[in-house]
Amino acid sequence: MNVPLQGLDETTVAAVEIACDVLVIGGGPAGCWAALEAASIGAKVVLVDKGYCGSSGATASAGTQIWYVPPDPAEREVAMASREAMGGYLSERSWMVPVLDKTFESVNRLADWGYPFPRNDNGEEQRISVQGPEYMRLMRRRVKNAGITILDHHPATQLLTLEGRVVGAGGLRRQAGGHWLVKAGAVVLAAGGCAFMSKALGCDVLTGDGYLMGAEVGAELSGMEFSSAYAISPAFASVTKTALYRFAQFYRKDHSLIEGAGSARGRSIIARTLLSEPVFARLDLAGTDEVKAILRRAQPNFFVPFDRRDIDPFTDFFEVKLRLEGTVRGTGGLRLTGLDCSTTVPGLYAAGDNATREPICGGFTGGGSHNAAWAIATGAFAGAAAAAYSLQRVSATDFGPACIALPDTKGIDPAEIIKAVQDEVFPLDINYFRTHSALLASLKRLDALWENVGRATALNEDHSLNLRQAQAMLATARFMYRAALSRTETRGMHRREDYPTQNPDQHHRLILSGLDHIAVRQEAVDPGAYKEAAE
Amino acid sequence: MMIEVLDTDTCTDCNLCVQVCPTNVFQAQPEGPPLIKRQDACQTCFMCELYCPVDALYVEPDADAVHGLTVEGVHERQLFGSYRKAIGWHKDTRHRRLIDDHFRLPQ
Ligand SMILES: Cc1cc2nc3c(=O)[nH]c(=O)nc-3n(C[C@H](O)[C@H](O)[C@H](O)COP(=O)(O)OP(=O)(O)OC[C@H]3O[C@@H](n4cnc5c(N)ncnc54)[C@H](O)[C@@H]3O)c2cc1C
Ligand code: SF4
Ligand code: SF4
Repeated sequence: MNVPLQGLDETTVAAVEIACDVLVIGGGPAGCWAALEAASIGAKVVLVDKGYCGSSGATASAGTQIWYVPPDPAEREVAMASREAMGGYLSERSWMVPVLDKTFESVNRLADWGYPFPRNDNGEEQRISVQGPEYMRLMRRRVKNAGITILDHHPATQLLTLEGRVVGAGGLRRQAGGHWLVKAGAVVLAAGGCAFMSKALGCDVLTGDGYLMGAEVGAELSGMEFSSAYAISPAFASVTKTALYRFAQFYRKDHSLIEGAGSARGRSIIARTLLSEPVFARLDLAGTDEVKAILRRAQPNFFVPFDRRDIDPFTDFFEVKLRLEGTVRGTGGLRLTGLDCSTTVPGLYAAGDNATREPICGGFTGGGSHNAAWAIATGAFAGAAAAAYSLQRVSATDFGPACIALPDTKGIDPAEIIKAVQDEVFPLDINYFRTHSALLASLKRLDALWENVGRATALNEDHSLNLRQAQAMLATARFMYRAALSRTETRGMHRREDYPTQNPDQHHRLILSGLDHIAVRQEAVDPGAYKEAAE
Repeated sequence: MMIEVLDTDTCTDCNLCVQVCPTNVFQAQPEGPPLIKRQDACQTCFMCELYCPVDALYVEPDADAVHGLTVEGVHERQLFGSYRKAIGWHKDTRHRRLIDDHFRLPQ
């Protein structure tokens, strides 16, 4: 069979060309779990990462608390009910149950594989949190030992389709030079979320590439209005670990206390204050030396910037800022059509931050845990389904020789586009405190930019990855603001200054499709059994 | 800015940092230690420090400005390898791999 592939151009022959059953794009937790699960069913798996599987992505450098809940009915009930109100009732118990089950099972496997979980005073292992470097080093080792081909520094730039199915992907060999091409029976997108190169911890590789690649082949997105996650970091550093700020109080420059400011509920007070003056913090609620020692042992990376500057965060005031984490700690992403984590495009699956997390946390993820569980569980679900889909097709990858698009010149500087997009998504008075007029004006500028660069190709090979990342961030920003304009209420993390309350008539998801023209439709949600909480 | 110091005296040219840096900051050389080639792409994730087997790298936490640190200065303050030690990736601090106290955080 020799049918022309979509997404290819006849000009460059790829330096690396591999055929496999399942291609996994992204080697964070979602990608690793997907690859392992697919391989365990007997699929031949290739995993590509823009950076290095094991050190790249949000989890590897940040570490995560995990939604690890033993299968005790009472505990599970509390766990499921805990976020439903905060997430605006856009989650569904029909998803939470299998995600909790799979997470519990998988984290227990981590323990079997030798992850060094700490023990409490009774000698029982505590499995609610993982240190990023340790966890992802172990995951890489498991992936490698499972016989999976790992291609580091091989960013994917486009999906390949044949007769409406996704049949592989192509991309750049960032260190070796040239291009790569992988033909696959099915593809799992696990390229993470989008933090717009804000330098939030470990997030600069997360530029929304998976959203753009998915949308280009016709996949839908959901929950993109839940993309205004800003994390607290010291002003002099980009370590956006925020959990310990619940032991902090926040101050003005003259050291007067900012009433109500806090890491969780009071984050908007911090944001509001930052619009007009600097904000300082001090972890003065930690109290005893014993508690301080626990904090240090829980999050060594939180303390790195302070120790390097000889600042004692428990006693010294230090300036803080809010750094955009976009959808990484938001909840939007590609829409999944069911528990197999398929998208609307045959052969294309999505997992982790690349997929919308609304099914388990609605419009808010807050203090973590859910994201990590989502990556683990959807990774496994997507990997299994992609393998099954691929293996049931005969010669899925038999489509003859293929080539990949060669960038040609249009004279566009990707750095300028990136800066222009950041200028639209970083400002708190556009993205955090949202209004119709500011969102609309911003979206118009972004749309105009897209007309110029949406389809542009790069000046040279050095530029082509950056241009692709710039395009992906631009597309993501447009998805965000298109959805944010359509949700004329405040729900989850989406805060509309002009519509400050939750509107029962908008208890639905917003599904986006298209790129040049982005269409919005509504989708009903059945949250399952939940108790109406007093807001 | 960010990754500031590579101690070329202790570096073994193993190029692990070139491999693990997620944003491709380093560039391997035909001979000798890698170069800090794209410093402005550094996201201050500290991963290169963790993987460097001989503690030859130092990342300054400021993601937005260069601070002009020197090998001597970092040595003097005993900061080489400090993060690796803190998480138990140094051979003398192995026990620290088990100290994740999240479960002890006061609720
Ligand atoms: C500071 C911080 C703290 C956090 N704390 C918590 C917490 O306590 N609990 C919690 O649940 N969640 C937490 N999160 C969120 C959590 O880290 C993410 O939800 C999780 O990492 C998602 O996993 P993932 O595999 O989908 O994406 P990632 O871990 O981000 O991995 C994505 C991978 O895809 C690769 N990639 C990107 N683009 C491409 C491309 N074009 N081609 C090939 N590869 C590509 C990247 O290099 C990366 O390796 C935190 C996030 C941050 C930033
Ligand atoms: S700190 Fe991270 S981004 Fe910077 S050079 Fe080291 S590994 Fe690369
Ligand atoms: S990892 Fe350390 S020893 Fe190896 S090349 Fe880099 S700086 Fe040198």
